[in-house]
Amino acid sequence: MKISSGTIRLLIPAASLILLLAAVFYMQPRAMSYTGLNLLFNLAVPIALATVAQMLIMAVNDLDLSMGTFVSFCACVTATFLQSSPAVGVLIFLSAIAAYAAIGVVIHLRELPSIVVTLGMSFVWGGLAVLMLPSPGGEAPGWARWLMTSRPPFVPMAIVASVVIALATHFLIMRSSAGVLIRGVGGNVRSVERAGWSVIRIRAGTYALAGFFAVLSGIALVGLTTSADANIALRYTLLSIAGVILGGGEFVGGKVSPIGAVIGALTLTLAGSFLSFMRISPDWQIGAQGAILIVVLALRLFLNRLEKREKSR
Amino acid sequence: MNAARRHLFSRPWIWSFAATIIVWIVTVLFTGGASSLDLSQAALTFAAFSVIVGIGQMFVITLGPGNIDLSVPATMTLSGTLALKLMDVQDGMIIVGLLLSILLGFAVGIGNYVLIKLLRIPPIIATLSMSFIIQSTAIWANRGLRIKPPDMLADFTTSNLFGIPNIAIVALILSALAWVLLEKTIYGRWISAIGQSTFAARMTGIPVDGTRLVTYILCAVLASICGYLLASFSGGAALNMGSEYLLMSIAVVVIGGTAVAGGNSNIPGIWGASLFMFLVVSMLNTYGFGAGFRLILTGLIIIAVIFVAGGRQSNR
Repeated sequence: MKISSGTIRLLIPAASLILLLAAVFYMQPRAMSYTGLNLLFNLAVPIALATVAQMLIMAVNDLDLSMGTFVSFCACVTATFLQSSPAVGVLIFLSAIAAYAAIGVVIHLRELPSIVVTLGMSFVWGGLAVLMLPSPGGEAPGWARWLMTSRPPFVPMAIVASVVIALATHFLIMRSSAGVLIRGVGGNVRSVERAGWSVIRIRAGTYALAGFFAVLSGIALVGLTTSADANIALRYTLLSIAGVILGGGEFVGGKVSPIGAVIGALTLTLAGSFLSFMRISPDWQIGAQGAILIVVLALRLFLNRLEKREKSR
Repeated sequence: MNAARRHLFSRPWIWSFAATIIVWIVTVLFTGGASSLDLSQAALTFAAFSVIVGIGQMFVITLGPGNIDLSVPATMTLSGTLALKLMDVQDGMIIVGLLLSILLGFAVGIGNYVLIKLLRIPPIIATLSMSFIIQSTAIWANRGLRIKPPDMLADFTTSNLFGIPNIAIVALILSALAWVLLEKTIYGRWISAIGQSTFAARMTGIPVDGTRLVTYILCAVLASICGYLLASFSGGAALNMGSEYLLMSIAVVVIGGTAVAGGNSNIPGIWGASLFMFLVVSMLNTYGFGAGFRLILTGLIIIAVIFVAGGRQSNR
């Protein structure tokens, strides 16, 4: 049986997730339950959504450094406007998504570096969030709370949500013609252009789609935490980039994997729980997270080499 | 002659300086010229810190797409913390503290490149993971009381020479050295060549790996020195002292006109952009904007500057 390179790309992140999960179960057998799994992966849902958003941007060879502040902004909107007057909240979200599309257009038209434009936007989103919620507060809309804390039979909500996100984005990015175009822009802009497609429209659409997923991330986050503040998701910028890379994605060339990205986000979340089970001193928690990141990537390199050696034989 | 003049005006750094001068005038107009000297001195001091980390980041970015050092803030924090601890308020230890900072920079730079080269990790993720480890070390080392810098060092970092802040003079000397390194040495030609095409550079026999290693070390050493100076300037090291310099170091490089795609860098632009970034915030403060509006306007101004200047610097 021939295994496609895409499957191999997925195998490694999946293996590292299972390895980490086994280690957690070994140290804390009680985690091997419905509630345990739910607690372990609860916070992974918003991170997975943000990672998918980042993955879309990376699919067109850009990078979004405003992801964390934008998700924080969305969380603030969810906890204030979306809760008190849903119509206004939805309107704000629609304009935010339009703003994302506009960013894509500006970056494309002026050939600007996406890093700097999104860096500038991170100040804008941060400022808007501070204006809305100068101090932590707000309240989660009932339905978001219900959705995130609901308890489906047998499988915890966090797992169901992750699978749904992974499959939905997989079909959107890997199986639909729109997805092919998005990845095509990352792979070879000129050939997409020559084939008669409007690259500017594709880029605007990709950015809007990324904005949409980031909005969902903000709503999911508030559904879990019940309130928001302007700095609630700042670390999502780096987490989302790390998640995409852990999941087998690459910075250039439109090589991304939606299922991998979700797995990457789960791995990062699990790494946090793993460390607290290890009883590592809080001083070293961040450092150990860095070490885990390095180990997983080293593992990936090792397996890649192994695979190459098999091929050359 | 005419061609030379046109050449000058097409220089990307012109734009950051033009923006700086406009913002300076707008701010001074509001205060009626009363505090223009104080404003200029403060701008020079705070810009100096951004310049020092910005130069290091610029060398790394010049190496080409994907090259970036995210460990800058953590390195600054650890260097400030360890140096102040070692010096322990004794004037005699100032040089030893500086040496420790530089050594730390070497270690971090080598660590970063080992991850990038041996484990083939993209620089963004490699330096990010590294920064987590450095940050943890800093948290561990920062336990206990806040240690003050030695008096002589504190005096040096906060005083002026002929009206120019000492820190700015240090940054100016470092910039001059960096300019020579970039424009007049074979190393500078090498990093530009690598940034333009790594493959071609390798084919022509440029020691690509050695050059990249030196560049990552250089960036980490500059971040260390900046952390050492910043901790001495602000009367002690704090765990979050480097955090704003992550985005700042990238922003000043790009606004200053260095191509993000690599292979093309310029040092005057970093000065323009650093002064600009500080002056924008102080202008918005002077006009009495709240924190929220200040952030929004800062962001929009950054985008506006890159929008106006951007089309000229890219000739892709």
